[in-house]
Amino acid sequence: MITQEEVAYIAKLARIELKQEELEKYRIDLNKILGYIEILKTVDTTGVEPLAQVTGLENIFRSDEAEEQGIADDILQNISETSGRFIRVKKVL
Amino acid sequence: MDFHLATIKELRQGLDSKRFSSAELTKYYLDRIKKFNKDLNAFITLTEDLALEQARAADKRIAAGSQEMLTGIPYAAKDLFCTRGVRTTAASKILENFVPPYDSTVVARLRAAGAVLVGKTNLDQFAHGSSTETSYYGPVHNPWDLERNPGGSSGGSAAAVSAGLVPFALATETGGSIRQPASLCGISGWKPTYGRVSRYGVIAMSSSMDTMGTVARSAEDLAITAEAISGFDPKDGTSGKLPVKAWSKNLTRSMKGLRIGVPQEYFVPGIEKDVKEKVSMAIEEIRKLGPKIIEVSLPMTSYGSMVYAIVTPSEISSNLSRYDSIRFGHTTDKANDLYELYAKSRAEGFGDEAKRRIMTGAYALSAGYRDAYYTKAQKVRRLLVNEFHEMFKKVDILLCPSTPNVALKIGKAADDPLFGYIADQLNIPASLAGLAAMGVPCGLGKPDDGAAVSLPIGMQILGPQWGEELVFQVGYAYQQITDWHKQKPVGF
Repeated sequence: MITQEEVAYIAKLARIELKQEELEKYRIDLNKILGYIEILKTVDTTGVEPLAQVTGLENIFRSDEAEEQGIADDILQNISETSGRFIRVKKVL
Repeated sequence: MDFHLATIKELRQGLDSKRFSSAELTKYYLDRIKKFNKDLNAFITLTEDLALEQARAADKRIAAGSQEMLTGIPYAAKDLFCTRGVRTTAASKILENFVPPYDSTVVARLRAAGAVLVGKTNLDQFAHGSSTETSYYGPVHNPWDLERNPGGSSGGSAAAVSAGLVPFALATETGGSIRQPASLCGISGWKPTYGRVSRYGVIAMSSSMDTMGTVARSAEDLAITAEAISGFDPKDGTSGKLPVKAWSKNLTRSMKGLRIGVPQEYFVPGIEKDVKEKVSMAIEEIRKLGPKIIEVSLPMTSYGSMVYAIVTPSEISSNLSRYDSIRFGHTTDKANDLYELYAKSRAEGFGDEAKRRIMTGAYALSAGYRDAYYTKAQKVRRLLVNEFHEMFKKVDILLCPSTPNVALKIGKAADDPLFGYIADQLNIPASLAGLAAMGVPCGLGKPDDGAAVSLPIGMQILGPQWGEELVFQVGYAYQQITDWHKQKPVGF
């Protein structure tokens, strides 16, 4: 069973601020979800390789070359705080 | 002409013979959207000016004789597809004011084909949900009964096509989000093989399963739209290089000799009586066309939604980490430092379901739990996928119900963290395996809640990976001998 402390820890990892009452709500929800999938543990997966995707493809490379799209101003319009053509962020340290 | 009942093929003929113009057609649909959207809430954004401009350009192209199949045909896009210069919200608050600087590949292809974008449709927030009730912009109402939800997450697209507000719409499916709402709204829906259609520029949910498809009035219309949007895209490393065929010109195929499997596990306990009956009747109709119908068993089916309940939130928690509120998206005005900027912006901007999925995923991937949850789910996924591969050595196609029930009342999904996983239990296995799939309407029935309403029921046609051609052919064959796909909700 997940505890409120664990919910708080996960929320911190996920960068989502939770109110006190939300800790309890998500504790209950997450435990319901983990309870639902509990039966997966009974499936015998001895010797089975995990499957991450189904394309059969691997390591698709392309050259990382910049293309001039002429959309720099459009990109900047979605940014909350700019200074000229720079993005302003809060103090990191 | 009743444009709202028309198929793409009929509209194409009308445009090419100059019986009407794309501008007339576009105005007609825009008027219908304005008239009915207050009841349905199927659209988040209308793109009237853009649509009329695209329609005029399409008319010029038709006059010059250089039109393609979709030139001048109006359509709507689920508000998960980035559209250059047109707000794209993912039905969330965090992207309420996001204006993409580029088109998704699918939208770019439709733009190049001359199709006319009339608006962006409502969905479950970030496509997380199965009832379109988790939208920040309010729930979508099912045209067949306004008290009920249309399914989801592509509920806005499905409701819009069902009510005749557009002839087709773009939709996406990660685990049921096309087939399930198509079924509940009485229309046809195509979930492509994973990799058939580029994911580039579509807001990501679960990258190993996300597919971009369409909803429309018939299997034939789906084939037409599929030809327009499919194919390799260098911007999506997982898109496949297989050729896109002229599916819409190759729909007629004898069903004789075809091996059709009916997996018993899809007639789950709790399936509604009418759903079971109508899907069984549909299979009997197809039997008359001469295929070999074989009862088969897919014992891994019941684990599908459990695998999904781990893999999907895990991929979501990774994909949604990009919402840092700096480069785009809602920004809090209460932050003192960088951590608070992230944590408060995301707390304010994400809805309940998105938060729940992000945290479930973060937990399943966190140190000490990864092997027990994420890796275990990936192993079971392989067993489930292998089971499909073995099955498609014995049968060519599978037929089964799309959903265990008809449309549910709005409010049923609220506050049930498991709602979506159970609602989509019959769709999820094929999504985990990346199969080609389609949903077709196959009857009307009463819900088990006793209400005196007739609501649509859907059947799934599941083919192997890259099996689009056969999936379209089986859907087309069924729609030649039945007219369930021509039924319309009363009042629209």
